[in-house]
Amino acid sequence: MAAVPMEHGLVLAAALFGLGLTGVLVRRNIIFVLLSLEIMLNAAALAFVVAGAHWGQADGQVMFFFILAMAAAEVAVGLALVVQLYYRFNTLDVDAVSDLRG
Amino acid sequence: MLELLWLIPAFPLAGFVALTLVGSRLSRTEAAYVGAGSVGLSAVVTLLVGLSFMAAPPAGGSFVQTLWVWLDVAGFRPAFAFHLDALSLTMIFVVTFVGFLIHLYSVEYMMEEAEGYSRFFAYMNLFVCAMLTLLLADNLMLLLLGWEGVGLCSYLLIGFFYKDEANSQAASKAFIVTRVGDTAMLMALFLLFAELGTLDIQALLGLAGQQFQPGSGMATAVALLLLGGAVGKSAQLPLQTWLPDAMAGPTPVSALIHAATMVTAGVYLIARTHVLFTLAPAVLTLVAVIGTLTLLMAGFAALVQSDIKRVLAYSTISQIGYMFLALGVGAWSAALFHFMIHAFFKALLFLGAGAVILSLHHEQDMYRMGGLRRQMPFTFWCFLIGSGALAAVPVVTAGFYSKDLIIWNAYNSEIGGVWLWAGALAGALLTSIYTFRMVFLTFYREATEWVRRLMPIHEPGPCVRIPLGVLAVLSVAAGVIELPHTMGSLTLFSGFLNTALPEYHGVHASYGTELLFELLAAAASLGGIWLVWTLVMAAPGSMGRIAEQPWARGLERLWFSGWGFDALYDALFVKPWLWCAKINKDDFVDVFYRAAAFVTETLHFVASMTQTGAVRWYATGIAVGAVLTVGLVIIL
Repeated sequence: MAAVPMEHGLVLAAALFGLGLTGVLVRRNIIFVLLSLEIMLNAAALAFVVAGAHWGQADGQVMFFFILAMAAAEVAVGLALVVQLYYRFNTLDVDAVSDLRG
Repeated sequence: MLELLWLIPAFPLAGFVALTLVGSRLSRTEAAYVGAGSVGLSAVVTLLVGLSFMAAPPAGGSFVQTLWVWLDVAGFRPAFAFHLDALSLTMIFVVTFVGFLIHLYSVEYMMEEAEGYSRFFAYMNLFVCAMLTLLLADNLMLLLLGWEGVGLCSYLLIGFFYKDEANSQAASKAFIVTRVGDTAMLMALFLLFAELGTLDIQALLGLAGQQFQPGSGMATAVALLLLGGAVGKSAQLPLQTWLPDAMAGPTPVSALIHAATMVTAGVYLIARTHVLFTLAPAVLTLVAVIGTLTLLMAGFAALVQSDIKRVLAYSTISQIGYMFLALGVGAWSAALFHFMIHAFFKALLFLGAGAVILSLHHEQDMYRMGGLRRQMPFTFWCFLIGSGALAAVPVVTAGFYSKDLIIWNAYNSEIGGVWLWAGALAGALLTSIYTFRMVFLTFYREATEWVRRLMPIHEPGPCVRIPLGVLAVLSVAAGVIELPHTMGSLTLFSGFLNTALPEYHGVHASYGTELLFELLAAAASLGGIWLVWTLVMAAPGSMGRIAEQPWARGLERLWFSGWGFDALYDALFVKPWLWCAKINKDDFVDVFYRAAAFVTETLHFVASMTQTGAVRWYATGIAVGAVLTVGLVIIL
């Protein structure tokens, strides 16, 4: 089975990252913002895996597990914040929470 | 006995401290005892010290008492040291005795004031202390302390009735105008210290004699600057404008500070530093010229005043002009003699005027007075004696001997001449005219409507009458200690002073010339009185007729305003200054600071615009920043 060329994997990672970033920037619903963040994290993790496979090293997969654990922690904190946000402001719109504006 | 010297200024200082600390809790009687008593004790000590000084003159004609070293910096060691010689003894004698009489007078005079009784005596005591420090100072630094001290007290006492804004302004004017002179004096001190390395007066005069060439630039500069200080303090041309306004203070203040003592500090300063002035003959001549011009200028101004105290103020300027003239022609002891006699009769005149003003419920306009001779006979006689002394009525008054000595010396001295003599003689005529105009307007004539409404007018009480009586006696009797050649040639006073001041060398014109000149001076004095009698008493309307002429009216306005010096200085200094102040109201330098504040504020505004609180904008910022950073790394 011919190996997938590294460029393809990296392009996919970049496209995923771009999609995630766009989602973070344009979505107003905080749940979708968090979802987009996950996509960005996974894009980065994919780039590690592809690079690890290309050089035949396990480090890329180790990094993937780190990112996986960190993403789980982030979601835990993030969802807790979402719940608080909803309690306080009765909305999920991130733009409504701009009390710290200068 | 000489060791008691330090007590002389210490008593008034103690009085001042006591009155300041607990004055508000003392009753008026207690405050009066403290205030007048301290100066009285000081006068007693002066008498004791003076007697022992004269009984056994110390070696070298002077006694120095060093109390402590004031400061000690790099060889500069001014001490709190008092120097007693014939000159300072004469001055402190006058200051303490006349000062005590005026304090006694104030006990009654100030009684009707609603508040400030102990404050008044506190200031007066501080003044006496500062004046004595000035006179006894062994070095110019201590002299300056006294010099500024009397200036401060003068300011405080002119503005004593501070609730009236005009009084506060008069006080500020006096302070600021004398400050011009004080600045010159301060520069003289700097120069002297830089050149000679000491401010100790006796050492300094000795060094100056060795190091300065007669007529050299440095000697002239120092003498000129010292003269500037003297001119400011003694209200001579061109810094005389503050004295007439200083009459805003209570009358005893005018008598003590602005007639008898403080304003003669300039005379004392020149006499004290006489060596410097002899080294600068040009400046000495300038002193004589300033004196002559001032005495004439003030004499004319006094002719037309309506306020009795302003007449006396201009007369004071004029009489100090005589003292300057005497100093300028080198007749040192004559200047001091006139200072002493002037202190007696001018204090008497001010106190007499004060008694009149008090009886007329603070009316000072002479045109509203009149006929007071019958209502207040005692005050009238005292005032008449004082006026006689001021006008130098021949033979019977002390003023004749002192002023005649100056007029004669203005001619007879090596420096003097016909012009100075003519000025002095014309001044004598003016003096007797304005003096007796004042006497006739106030005490003679029919009582005016205004006075009649106030009747019956009472004589003042004993505290006022005793000083008047004593000063009247002195104004007559004090002249006999110095008699001219033509009248027995008694030189007790000048003989005493010559232990401290250089002896006067006249050209010694003949006996006949001196007699002739004395007769002329006497004629000027009596002629002036006759002239006023004719104009005011014999033909009452004639003054009015003269005053109606257009030229006379213009002249009157000019003289009334004191030759328009106030307007001149207003246009020359005050207006341009106010103009500058107005232009620079926003403080030009502040532009830079305001610009810095503006830039900071703008930057803050811009930066705070980015803080929208919208998380997505922050994320955009991070993303764009990351792209730019990575892009830069790749490209570079």
